[in-house]
Amino acid sequence: MGILVYAEHDNNSIKGATLNVITAAKAIGGDITVLVAGSGCGAAAEAAAKIDGVSKVLCADNAAYEHQLAENVAALVAEAGKGSSHILAAATTTGKNFMPRVAALLDVEQISEIVAVESADTFKRPIYAGNAIATVQNSDSTKVITVRTTGFDAAAAEGGSASVEALDVAKDEGKSAFVGEELAKSDRPELTAAKIVISGGRGMQNGDNFEMLYKVADKLGAAVGASRAAVDAGFVPNDMQVGQTGKIVAPDLYVAVGISGAIQHLAGMKDSKVIVAINKDEEAPIFQVADYGLVADLFDAVPELDSLV
Amino acid sequence: MKVLVPIKRVVDYNVKVRVKADNSGVDLANVKMAMNPFCEIAVEEAVRLKEKGVVTEIIAVTIGNKAAQEQLRTAMALGADRSILVETEEDAQPLAIAKALKALVDKESPDLVILGKQAIDGDNSQTGQMLAALAGMPQGTFASEVNVADGKVKVTREIDGGLQTVELSLPAVVTTDLRLNEPRYASLPNIMKAKKKPLEVISAADLGVSFASSTKTLKVEPPAERSAGIKVASVAELVEKLKNEAKVI
Repeated sequence: MGILVYAEHDNNSIKGATLNVITAAKAIGGDITVLVAGSGCGAAAEAAAKIDGVSKVLCADNAAYEHQLAENVAALVAEAGKGSSHILAAATTTGKNFMPRVAALLDVEQISEIVAVESADTFKRPIYAGNAIATVQNSDSTKVITVRTTGFDAAAAEGGSASVEALDVAKDEGKSAFVGEELAKSDRPELTAAKIVISGGRGMQNGDNFEMLYKVADKLGAAVGASRAAVDAGFVPNDMQVGQTGKIVAPDLYVAVGISGAIQHLAGMKDSKVIVAINKDEEAPIFQVADYGLVADLFDAVPELDSLV
Repeated sequence: MKVLVPIKRVVDYNVKVRVKADNSGVDLANVKMAMNPFCEIAVEEAVRLKEKGVVTEIIAVTIGNKAAQEQLRTAMALGADRSILVETEEDAQPLAIAKALKALVDKESPDLVILGKQAIDGDNSQTGQMLAALAGMPQGTFASEVNVADGKVKVTREIDGGLQTVELSLPAVVTTDLRLNEPRYASLPNIMKAKKKPLEVISAADLGVSFASSTKTLKVEPPAERSAGIKVASVAELVEKLKNEAKVI
């Protein structure tokens, strides 16, 4: 029994999303075991052992897990999680990729993107792009769950003293291979972890104009996001997209610049604490969810904002 | 090479759904239905592979009630050669759907299964991955580029930090993300031609798959409403409010 939490990490430290998952695990109740899988991930396992509330860490250190290939990771998690009451992972592109495979291997259903724990078998999750919230009850003996991180606070990264055990299981399915990756390099905080997010939409007109947002963001320690329209128009790369099919964010402050506010975009940011909208169209739907709306040309307003913060 | 394209009939993405007054679900009576947008991208990708000469046959499949035939006809109007409806009145969940698709994979032996990364009703994002696991296939989820060559498929995937490319042996499962392609519209002659293409109806029982679910929906509620705040007159007023009222900067 107990709860198995799959950790995301960079070999040295545990990613913030996993701390939110630990909080969800605590709300469910039971001993929490964290699985750290990777290649050369010993330091990350040590870091996981310090997270408050964790009772055991399993470290599967093997070349097969280096790039988190879904085929290999799912086989590992299904084996390590057999008999657990719950298996949890963050609903990031990593968790969304391998967790349904785990569920299928265990012949159980998956509960995707929970935002609240009602009891050990009952959870809340958004459906229809967040236009409805379903309360679902699952009767499988092992519950496979992905956790929407914005629904839960982060657990303290320090304060725990769990034991670390090596998990010597090599699962190389041999059907997939990592070829390469292009990761965005940025000194700004990660979109999903930032306290302040400034996003630009179609109104930015081109990619160069995003420089204005980067300048303000750097003064505020903010991350920069974008609407799907801005990404589709090629202004900025896809990893900046906030929305139903992009990243879900819930920062303390979300500033939407030149974004009209399509429901798919609102689905990705409407849980932010404070929302500011800057748009020259006063009829734009974004104003219906904004705490502070400014009807203005962004090319005047953003430079002025830059000079005032 | 044969491609299987599972699709889903869902509420049209432009419809703002409403929760029923008794909280039993969302109101789907008299609502416009359409093919799930990610499924359209999957059909388009299969058609492009056929146009490139990589693919010889495209089979569209869906699991649903009689009305879902409409979306299969749309898929055939877009370029699928034939289609299969696994007919059920039950609200099938991803695991059962994946099992039904696995039965069809066993029957049809496709080299590639292309499907949407998620349906915009349940927002589960599970079916493709589950099918891959059940069929013992590798998977390339959230694809923004697909290249088939030398018995392998190279898939560029949209991940949180950017893009990742993986190479998979065939047969494989690919799930589509938004930027994989821009789906075409069906032309009138192709819509007419699609009416004559074969559409096979199989009952769920014939496939030996049960659609009973271990997950029960207890209630469905509207999300907490956010009310509109105030309009500020100037950037200076905005900054003052953010500093002193909201205290977020």
